[in-house]
Amino acid sequence: MTTTARRTYGYSDLPRLMSVMTGDEKHGSAATSTLDVLWVLYDRVLRVGPGSVDDPGRDRFLLSKGHGPMAYYAVLAAKGFVPVEWLSGFGEFTSRLGHHPDRVLVPGVEIGSGSLGHGLPLAVGTALGLGARGLDEAAVWTLVGDAELDEGSNHEAIAFAGAIGLERLHTVVIDNLSATYGRAGGIAARFEAAGWSTATVDGRDHAALYEAFTAAHAGRPHVVVARVEPKF
Amino acid sequence: MNTMNTVDTTDTMRDRFAPVVSRLLDEDPRVAVVLAEIGLAPFAEAARRHPQRVINVGIREQLLVGAGAGLALAGLRPVLHTFASFLVERPFEQVKLDFGHQGLGGVLVSAGGSYDVSAGGFTHMAPGDVALLDTLDGWTVHVPGHPDEAETLLRHAVGAGDERVYVRLSVQANREGLAVDGERFLRVREGRRGVVVAVGPMLDNVLAATEALDVSVLYATTVRPFDGRALRQAVGATDAADVVLVEPYLAGTSTGAANDALADVPHRVLGLGVGRRELRRYGRVAEHVAAHGLDAASLRERISGFLYRDAPVPVPA
Repeated sequence: MTTTARRTYGYSDLPRLMSVMTGDEKHGSAATSTLDVLWVLYDRVLRVGPGSVDDPGRDRFLLSKGHGPMAYYAVLAAKGFVPVEWLSGFGEFTSRLGHHPDRVLVPGVEIGSGSLGHGLPLAVGTALGLGARGLDEAAVWTLVGDAELDEGSNHEAIAFAGAIGLERLHTVVIDNLSATYGRAGGIAARFEAAGWSTATVDGRDHAALYEAFTAAHAGRPHVVVARVEPKF
Repeated sequence: MNTMNTVDTTDTMRDRFAPVVSRLLDEDPRVAVVLAEIGLAPFAEAARRHPQRVINVGIREQLLVGAGAGLALAGLRPVLHTFASFLVERPFEQVKLDFGHQGLGGVLVSAGGSYDVSAGGFTHMAPGDVALLDTLDGWTVHVPGHPDEAETLLRHAVGAGDERVYVRLSVQANREGLAVDGERFLRVREGRRGVVVAVGPMLDNVLAATEALDVSVLYATTVRPFDGRALRQAVGATDAADVVLVEPYLAGTSTGAANDALADVPHRVLGLGVGRRELRRYGRVAEHVAAHGLDAASLRERISGFLYRDAPVPVPA
């Protein structure tokens, strides 16, 4: 028997890991838009790893924007949640990795997503539930797209979370200007009006993302609007 | 004549909901209640005792279901409550995905199904809730016919591990509760010409309608999973494999389940319940019961017409 130390992957490996996944090119821009945010979160912010995917006290990351999950799978593979070998089967009948992720099939995936507007309400409930269980260290994160915010269910969640000051809840909005009736600067303003702490940063700048992710926001939920290249 | 107890001055199933679930909140730290304004006041005391586990999301039914499922993700046993039309129909995709696709459990407790809010009109009616849930996998559906049964079935529902359970509370009720177990149909009358299945609040009217008829009557308060075994046994004891289903929601909702249970037996099934056509009427519950042919006299005519096609219908003494 030979033992080989599992090789570690870094940010520079992600493009190659993503390139293994083919067949969902229509979601290519959606995938790359999330890449840096996901990397900074999993590399430096989230208190969860392959060994703690079932730990009640872990941080939760709920990928609401389930379209184009290649960056997500690449990060999960790089961090050891799923085997790198799974990536090449992407989207096939026998693969656990589909064009929209499924929490039942993929270790470390907290929610199945793809239908827009589900992640933020689920995150609200998860945050409330962790509080009710006294798991006060656990933070809840969800990632949505700017166009996804069109869904009314998000507005129900934004208004409620702001009103009750749901501090452990964090949202990242990937703003690639893909909302049809979007308005520059409108995203943070909407959250702010609902009582959230907000930050708007360059979604490719790792230092700026990290600073925004870790900013203090006592008594309020926190949103980070991560601006990336326009979709078209 | 309508024999159902539909007066609103007595204790209803819904009156039992908050007291029962409040006790469960005290007993089990996993239990959490999510409301969307409706039904909030009776939980005031429980909310004081358990401020983190009695949650009102305001008038936000998509959030009601999504946040409820999120509580399950965090390891709690969520109990969600509002009117049936807002709990099942409005946020149906949340019910389908946030509980079903995520593989999570929870308890949905509705009030106002079918035409309980009769004077409110069709915006507040939901005769299709059970049929809609029937498009999903893995939901247990309880339809109590009496406040005592509602109490029993609520306890079953909340205590059912991480299962997905729907409890349909109604202002329509039978005069007496029976000993229901959260699983099986009860055989309340024996006969040979066929089997009539009465669901929840339909029992009193079915018993009145089948007086002196030579039929078996089964009483169903848990309709999903459908107790096909009880139906097969009852049919086996009759001369004809003729079945009438009397349901307090959309007519024919359980016809497929009855057909599946009798797949290996030549049989006939008549599905009675609330008609699909919108009546555009207000008024009282009893008037809607009659308009849909679910009062005792109408039921007698329809049941005997189906089971006594070739014989005179016995007349009650």
